[in-house]
Amino acid sequence: MTLAGWLTIVLFAVILTAIAIPLGGYMAKVYTGERVFLTPILEGPERFLHRVLRVDPRREQDWKSYAKSLIIFSLAGWLLLYLILRTQDAFFVPHALNPRGFASAPWNVTFNTVSSFTTNTNWQYYNGETTMSYLSQMIGLTVQNWLSAGVGIVVAVALIRGIVGRTGKSLGNFWQDLVRTILYVLAPLSVLTAIVLVSQGVIANFSNYLAVHTVTGLTQSIAMGPVASQEAIKMLGTNGGGFFNTNSAHPFENPTAFTNFFEMLMVLAIPAALVFTYGRMTGNRRQGYAIYGTMMIMFLGAAVVAYIAEAHGSPAQHAAGLHTHVISGSTGGNLEGKEQRFGIAGSALFDVVTTVTSCGAVNSAIESFTGIGGAVPFANLSASEVIFGGVGTGLYSILLYVLLAVFIGGLMVGRTPEWLGKKLEAREIKLAGLGILITPLAALLATALATASHAGRESISKAATGPQGFSESFYAYLSQANNNGSAFAGYTGFIQPSAGNVGSHGITFADLLGGFVMLFARFAPILFALAVAGALVGKRVTPAGLGTMRTDNPTFAVLLIGVIVLVGALTFFPALLLGPIVQGLTSHLY
Amino acid sequence: MRRDIVTSAIAAIVFMILLGLVYPLVITGVSQVAFPGNANGQQVHVAGRLVGSKIIGQSFSVPKTKNGKLVEEKGAVVTEPDPRYFQSRPSVTEGGAYNAAASTFSNLGPNSKATEEAIAEHVKAYIELEGPFNPGLTAAQVPVDAANSSGSSLDPEISPANARIQAHRVAAVRHMGIGSVDKLVSRYTDARGIGFSGERGVNVLELNLALDRLTGGAR
Repeated sequence: MTLAGWLTIVLFAVILTAIAIPLGGYMAKVYTGERVFLTPILEGPERFLHRVLRVDPRREQDWKSYAKSLIIFSLAGWLLLYLILRTQDAFFVPHALNPRGFASAPWNVTFNTVSSFTTNTNWQYYNGETTMSYLSQMIGLTVQNWLSAGVGIVVAVALIRGIVGRTGKSLGNFWQDLVRTILYVLAPLSVLTAIVLVSQGVIANFSNYLAVHTVTGLTQSIAMGPVASQEAIKMLGTNGGGFFNTNSAHPFENPTAFTNFFEMLMVLAIPAALVFTYGRMTGNRRQGYAIYGTMMIMFLGAAVVAYIAEAHGSPAQHAAGLHTHVISGSTGGNLEGKEQRFGIAGSALFDVVTTVTSCGAVNSAIESFTGIGGAVPFANLSASEVIFGGVGTGLYSILLYVLLAVFIGGLMVGRTPEWLGKKLEAREIKLAGLGILITPLAALLATALATASHAGRESISKAATGPQGFSESFYAYLSQANNNGSAFAGYTGFIQPSAGNVGSHGITFADLLGGFVMLFARFAPILFALAVAGALVGKRVTPAGLGTMRTDNPTFAVLLIGVIVLVGALTFFPALLLGPIVQGLTSHLY
Repeated sequence: MRRDIVTSAIAAIVFMILLGLVYPLVITGVSQVAFPGNANGQQVHVAGRLVGSKIIGQSFSVPKTKNGKLVEEKGAVVTEPDPRYFQSRPSVTEGGAYNAAASTFSNLGPNSKATEEAIAEHVKAYIELEGPFNPGLTAAQVPVDAANSSGSSLDPEISPANARIQAHRVAAVRHMGIGSVDKLVSRYTDARGIGFSGERGVNVLELNLALDRLTGGAR
C-alpha cells in the first residue's frame, strides 16, 4: 500500500461529492420543469421530439400507465436490437461499418446480449473486437446504453414524485421524463466526457484494423473503431459494456491513470447526484444527506478492504516465490490481471466503483482478485446495488430499503411508521419487501440451477478448480440478477473458435437462464417501485409531531446500513462462504 | 395501449438515428479534426513503416531457430525474446502474445495451481534472460509486473523496477554504458496521473525505439 493509493481513494470521494451536489441540484430543476442554463438551447429539440413521437407532455400518467409505456418501449428496444445484431452481415450493411465481415453471433448468445443491453446489465458473453461490427456497436449497443440508463433514471424520478405528491395519482409523463433525461442530463455529459477521453488517447475512427510490422519484424493486428462515443455513455449510464473484450483494461478504452480516475467519476456522477436530487425534490435536503452518508460509508469500507486485500498479493504468487510488498519502482501486490498504469489502488477502487453501481465495467480481471478482494464485489452485489447503485436503479432500490428501515424503526419504538409525513401501511411495505427480495431470489435460484446441473457446469472455465468454479457460477448469476454485468470472465456462454464467429456456438443453458434472470430482475423491481409510488402518491401529509421518527439524521443512517447489511448477509452469506471467503481464508492451492 | 405501441416504435427508430448514428458520427468527426493522433490510436511510424501504437504493447521477440530452421509448436512459430530490447509483460492473447485484435484476461484465480505454474514459468524465463546480467537475481527480486500477465494482455508499460533490471542486459548486448540506458529509461517513464493516480510506468515501445535511434537496430 502506498500514500498515493490512499490519496486516490480519499480524493475520489471528495471530488465525487463536489460534482454530485451541483449536478443533483441541476437534475432536480430539470425534473420539476424549472428553467436551467441549457433550456434556451434544448427546448427547441425537446418540442421537436415530442412532436415526432406524438407525445403530449401535459398528459399525466398514473403508475400503471407510466409502467405500461415503460414496458412497451423497452420491448420495442429489445426487438429492434435483436434484429440489428442478427443481421449484422446482411447485404444492406455497408462494408465500411463491418470491415472485418463479422457474422452474427448465434441466436442464444444474441438473446443473452440483447436482454443484457436493454436491462442496463451489459453482461457480455461475446468479445467485442471479434464479434461485433462497428454498425452493431453504434446503432445497437450504444443506443441501448442511452435508453436503458434513461429508463432507470425516470423510474427513480417517478418514485420521488410519488413520495412528494400531495393529491391525485399522477407520477408525471414517461415520455417527457425520458426525453428530458436524454437531452438535458445524458447528452451534455456524454459529449463532454467523450471529448475529454479522446484528448487523453481513447480512439474514435472507422478504420479497418491496423496491420503492424513490429520493431522485431513480427506482425500485429490492432483493433480499431468508434470507441469514444460508446465509452462515454458506457460510464455515465452505468452500463459497462466494453467496446473491446477486456473493457476498461484495454488501453484504447482507458489509456492513462487520469482517464481511469475520470471514468470512475463519470460512473458515479449521476447515481450520486440523484441522491441530492431526491433531497431537493422532497424539500428536505437532510434526507438526501442521510442517504448519501449511508452510501459513502459503505462505499469507502468496500474500497479500503479491496485495496488492502489486493496489495497483500495472492497465495499463488507467494507459492511461486514472488515478493509482493512495495519496493522502489514496483507497486507489488496482486498484479495478475491488472495494468501497470492503474496499479493496485486504481484497480481496486475501479472494481468497487463499478460493482456498487450497476456499471460492471472492469479495468482488471475480477477473476484474478484475491479471495477477500474478490469477496468485495460479491458483497457489493449482495447489497443489491443500493450503494449509489445504477443510474436511477440505485436510488429507487435504496428508497425501498428506506421504507423497510422506517417500518422496522417504527416497530422498534412502537409507533405507526411515517415517512416524510406519509403513513406507511401494509400495502407499501408488502410491495417494497417484494421489490427487495426479487433480485436475491433470482440470483440464488439461478445459481442453484447452474451449479446443480450438468448443462450449467459446462460454462465453468477449465482453470477454475475448487471454490473458484463455484465463484464463477455464483458471480455470473449474481451479476446478471443485479443488472451489473461484471464477470469472473472465465465463465462462458459462447464458444468462439475463431474471430468472425465461424463455427461458433452458444451454451444455450447459460445464455437463456442469464437472459431471463436479467429481464426478470430488472422489470419486476421496476414495477414494484412504480407500484409503491402509486400507493404513496395519493396519501395525505400530516405534519411531523414529537413522536415522529426522524429519517434525516445519523441514527437513521445507522439503521439503514443495518437493514441493508442484514438483508444482504442473511440472504447471501452461506453462498459467499463457499466461494470467495474460503479462498480468502486459506493459502491452499486448488 | 395502441398509442404506446406507435410512440414506442417511432421512438426506437428516432433514437437509433440520433444516438446511434448522429452522436457517434459527431464525436468521431470532432475527434478526427481536434485530436487526429489520439483518435487513430497514436500510430508510430519509423521510416514510413507502421511499427505499432504508442499505447498498445507489443512483443519484442523473434522467431526461434534451431539449426537454421524455425521451431514450430502446435502449428505456430515459437518465438524467443530479442535480447537487444526491453521486454513487455507476459501476455496470454490467442494466436501469440500481444494479439491486439483479441484482447483477453488470463482469468487465473488467486488460489489456483495453474496460476502458480504460470507465474513460476514467467519467473524462470525472466531469471534465465536477465540473470546473466544481474548476478544473484532470485525469484524474490522479480517485480510482480514481470511475472503476472496484465488485464488487457496488451499493457504498453512495465514497472520502473522491471526496467532497471532489464537495463543491464540491454546495455551489455548493445555495448552501451548502463548510465545512458538508465537515462533513457527515466525519460520514458510516465508520471502518475494528475500527480497521485495510478502507478509510474515505462513505455516499452518508445524506450526501445529510442534505443534503436541511438545505436541502430530496427529490421
